Amino acid sequence: MRYLPKSPSERKEMLAAVGVDSAEELFQRVPQKFRLREPLALPRPLSEPEIIEYFKARAAENAPGYTSFLGAGVYQHHRSVVTDSIVQRGEFLTSYTPYQAEISQGTLAAIFEFQTLMCQLTGQEVANASMYDGSTALAEAVLMAERITNRKKVLVARTVHPEYRQVLATYAKNLGLEIEEVGYTASGQIDVKQLEKEKLASAAAVVVQSPNFFGVLENIDEIAESAHSEGALVVTTIAEAVSLGILRPPSAADIVAMEGQALGISPSYGGPFVGVIAAREKYVRQMPGRLAGQTTDAAGRRGYVLTLATREQHIRRERATSNICTNEALFALVATVHLCLLGKEGLREMAMQNVAKAQFAIAELEKIPGVRRAFAGPVFNEFVLEFPRSVKLMNAQLMREKIIGPLAIGLHYPELTKRGLLCVTETMPRPEIERLAAAVRRVLENPV
Amino acid sequence: MYPAGYRYTKDHEWIKIEGSIGTIGITDYAQHELGDVVFVELPKVGAQLESGKSFGSVESVKAVSDIFIPVTGEVTEINSLLVDSPEKINQDPHGAAWLIKVKLADPKEVNSLMDAKAYEAYIAEKAQEQGA
Amino acid sequence: MSSKLTETEAPPATIRKAGRHVSQNEGLIFEKSAPGKRGMELPPLDVPAVDPATALGPDFVRDEIAGFPEVSEIEVIRHFTRLSTWNYAIDLGMYPLGSCTMKYNPRVNEHVARLEDLASAHPFQPADVAQGCLRIIHDLRECLLTITGMDAATLQPAAGAQGELTGLMMIRAYLATKGNPRKKVLIPDSAHGTNPASVIIAGYEVQNIKSTSRGQIDTDHLRELATDDVAALMVTNPSTLGVFEERIAEIADILHERGALLYMDGANMNALAGIARPGDFGVDVMHLNLHKTFSTPHGGGGPGAGPVLVKKILEPFLPIPLVVKKEDGRYVLDSSRPQSIGRVRAYCGNFGVLLRALAYTLAYGSGIRQAAEDAVLNAIYIRKHLEDYFDLPYDLPSMHEVVFSDARQKRNGVSTMDIAKRLIDYGFHPYTTAFPLIVPGAMMIEPTESESKEECDLFIDAMRSIAQEAETNPEVVKTAPHTTRVGRLDEVAAARKPILRWKG
Repeated sequence: MRYLPKSPSERKEMLAAVGVDSAEELFQRVPQKFRLREPLALPRPLSEPEIIEYFKARAAENAPGYTSFLGAGVYQHHRSVVTDSIVQRGEFLTSYTPYQAEISQGTLAAIFEFQTLMCQLTGQEVANASMYDGSTALAEAVLMAERITNRKKVLVARTVHPEYRQVLATYAKNLGLEIEEVGYTASGQIDVKQLEKEKLASAAAVVVQSPNFFGVLENIDEIAESAHSEGALVVTTIAEAVSLGILRPPSAADIVAMEGQALGISPSYGGPFVGVIAAREKYVRQMPGRLAGQTTDAAGRRGYVLTLATREQHIRRERATSNICTNEALFALVATVHLCLLGKEGLREMAMQNVAKAQFAIAELEKIPGVRRAFAGPVFNEFVLEFPRSVKLMNAQLMREKIIGPLAIGLHYPELTKRGLLCVTETMPRPEIERLAAAVRRVLENPV
Repeated sequence: MYPAGYRYTKDHEWIKIEGSIGTIGITDYAQHELGDVVFVELPKVGAQLESGKSFGSVESVKAVSDIFIPVTGEVTEINSLLVDSPEKINQDPHGAAWLIKVKLADPKEVNSLMDAKAYEAYIAEKAQEQGA
Repeated sequence: MSSKLTETEAPPATIRKAGRHVSQNEGLIFEKSAPGKRGMELPPLDVPAVDPATALGPDFVRDEIAGFPEVSEIEVIRHFTRLSTWNYAIDLGMYPLGSCTMKYNPRVNEHVARLEDLASAHPFQPADVAQGCLRIIHDLRECLLTITGMDAATLQPAAGAQGELTGLMMIRAYLATKGNPRKKVLIPDSAHGTNPASVIIAGYEVQNIKSTSRGQIDTDHLRELATDDVAALMVTNPSTLGVFEERIAEIADILHERGALLYMDGANMNALAGIARPGDFGVDVMHLNLHKTFSTPHGGGGPGAGPVLVKKILEPFLPIPLVVKKEDGRYVLDSSRPQSIGRVRAYCGNFGVLLRALAYTLAYGSGIRQAAEDAVLNAIYIRKHLEDYFDLPYDLPSMHEVVFSDARQKRNGVSTMDIAKRLIDYGFHPYTTAFPLIVPGAMMIEPTESESKEECDLFIDAMRSIAQEAETNPEVVKTAPHTTRVGRLDEVAAARKPILRWKG
């Protein structure tokens, strides 16, 4: 077997050296009745070409040649091939968690750069070395807010990504946290009037997403003012990190829980991605996850180490800030390399292209009779459109033209039937936007 | 090594009584076990503490230790020196690195604690157990 | 630390594993930044440009990001390439890290993960055009069920710790339907730190259960502790000492008699795949670490995936959505599961990790047993050759890992951490020093099946040499490593005055 570096004679030699005749004897301690006598009922071993063939066949069963207008938390952006050249290096790909700092300075320096970039992007003072993804980062950020304020209630905007809210609910259930949802207005933003003083006074945090699930930008400053006056924190979650290339960061928030997928990570059917928690420096000891810190060795050379480890499970065990151990380090590296390549101007340009494409798409689609924006608030690269008929049926017809149309949001918002969430990034060529508009017009004129 | 006038607990805290005020810290043995102290978590002034409960923690790089209060009382002062210089606990655990002062609810509570001699015997026994 | 090694500091000339090389200096990327440099250019806009202040509203537009990098493509390549040379990696040599299972990360896994239409698949793609992804999840699940002998599974948890939490939440949900979710979970004192941490987040209390003098779960103590308040016992099997819990069936019976469940932390599954199945010896729920047993790359700390496998009684509580294969052979996502504990992560989990694990499993197929045999053989071989040099606190047969202690070397003031650091000079990554807590001065060694006899022999030579140094020249061990770019770093300063970002 090509992954096993032993010749039959070496195995024999080693078995003899430990005093047994066969490998079977190595497992004497496993009770007889549990020891398997037959090989497991798995397919025969495959060679490399066969493995590739299996996965190529799977790829062909997906959506080859389709144009997709889906966003909703996972975004298509240009990524450079340089990123993979770096991330595929064995020294990054196959290295371990940098607990032994002297031989992990590459990983640690890169994490330090990642933490810095996340602070710069989000306008916060400290960021960790990654969480699993945006949804779990949000859950952990809420738990962090609970630890800081000692309050058990959380006010969550309905405009937060439905799957993020589901994850939060699962985590909150066993910890006695009370989640109360806050509705939205005609502009598609959180209804701040529902953030009454009495509610805020017993809330650990107000949770809001920006751009939110409808693609609309939220006014974090306004929300923060109300929340802070009653001692509640503001947790802002961000699903579309590229938006921070042009949008004012949520500096007024106390904790930011961000999904970093948009920063050079392929959609990959939903994961692996990279979550980040960034916050005010004064909350750093309540922060979950690993942290890389700068220090020196005895000769005064600058180096980096994992630090403040007493927050974590391997030291504090049941009193840890979180149970997280393995994180998304490799994808934090992807994001780091990607942002270094794009740079200050590149990221801003990418973000502006997103805004321009979305505005163009909105204009084209609103020319179609019966199609109009569902919400008035400003958007970055995705928006909700109202259609004269079922979005699901419309999409079924669009599929025949190899177009994956807007996400029907009626499933998650029963009051919002006939509305679809459509995303247009810098990767969407103008002819494809025009083709979409023409196809939608045709389909609406000729419903099946 | 261990100040004669202090009282000591099995969890390696010391308490010095002056009238109805108790000053509390951790012992030299405790700081030695922990290693270089990097952070101290203390309660707020005014906090009501119940005997036997944890009132904070002392952290080193690789470990964190709860600190338990051997008496019942209200916190009147916390040692702000430790915020910027937690290493004082390693340098002067019985003096400048006191942690908190409390107004004792019942000064007689300390009578059940070990005196310096008993504490020294206690840690000598511990050292033997560990075969150090 | 002087960069000139004296004769007493350099590893003996007879040690063959590693030499010295020139290592590039490199600052942070921010320190190379200069205005106007770019590493990536975009195709020009093919729609009318817009003024962001007009489109978004002036209050929403940010100033430029102060301090953000501005470098060219070649500087990015050089920067990260130089950083990479400062890392140790599996591609370079063994990581004898106990409980981590640092095995070879097959490259075909990376290749197939990047196939177009798999890499670009969006999780909200209609099922009709996501059949490939859904089948991959389904096929991996079937393989994992076969390997573990369990009945049903979720592949959604993003890591082992999250798997633990998911399993514990399912236990709670199940017991709640029986009328009483109970209050406590029993954790052996030898457990990995994520176990007690996960228990708390699941809303339970931790109760520690002692190990016997032989490092196994104390079944008498278990009988005493397993009251109506106890929901489950979390066991690692083989244990963190690398020893199979001989009485695992009895342990399962004791728990089941009292209406409690047996959770198995599958971190050490590398010793069991193809040898024995947890489902057969009474486990009700367990997680696997795909980044351990199933070869997905650690990448400097993650990603991983922590599938949770359960017996039928727990199936209704699995997180949503589940991949279901319909009668007509089509795959769909099923979210209408009323007893589900809910969702633990957005979308289907770390799909790219699942994909890599499936590629690994397909490569071994029915021959997967060979990996466990080689893993155990390597560990026992290493144990045999080091038993006379290091203290072995628990003298039971090892499986895929062996735990020594630094008791002998401690007599000269040399600790497990010192020995670990000196091992670096010999060209190896250290073993695990942080646990199990029941072994003071632990040295947890797991070679995995990926190590050749040659690498094992080099490791043995290195450890023996260090044992000798601990006797004859303890200072060189206590001040190691001597051959790295940086010496031991000041972790105290890093924790007292944390500097967690570049400020410029």
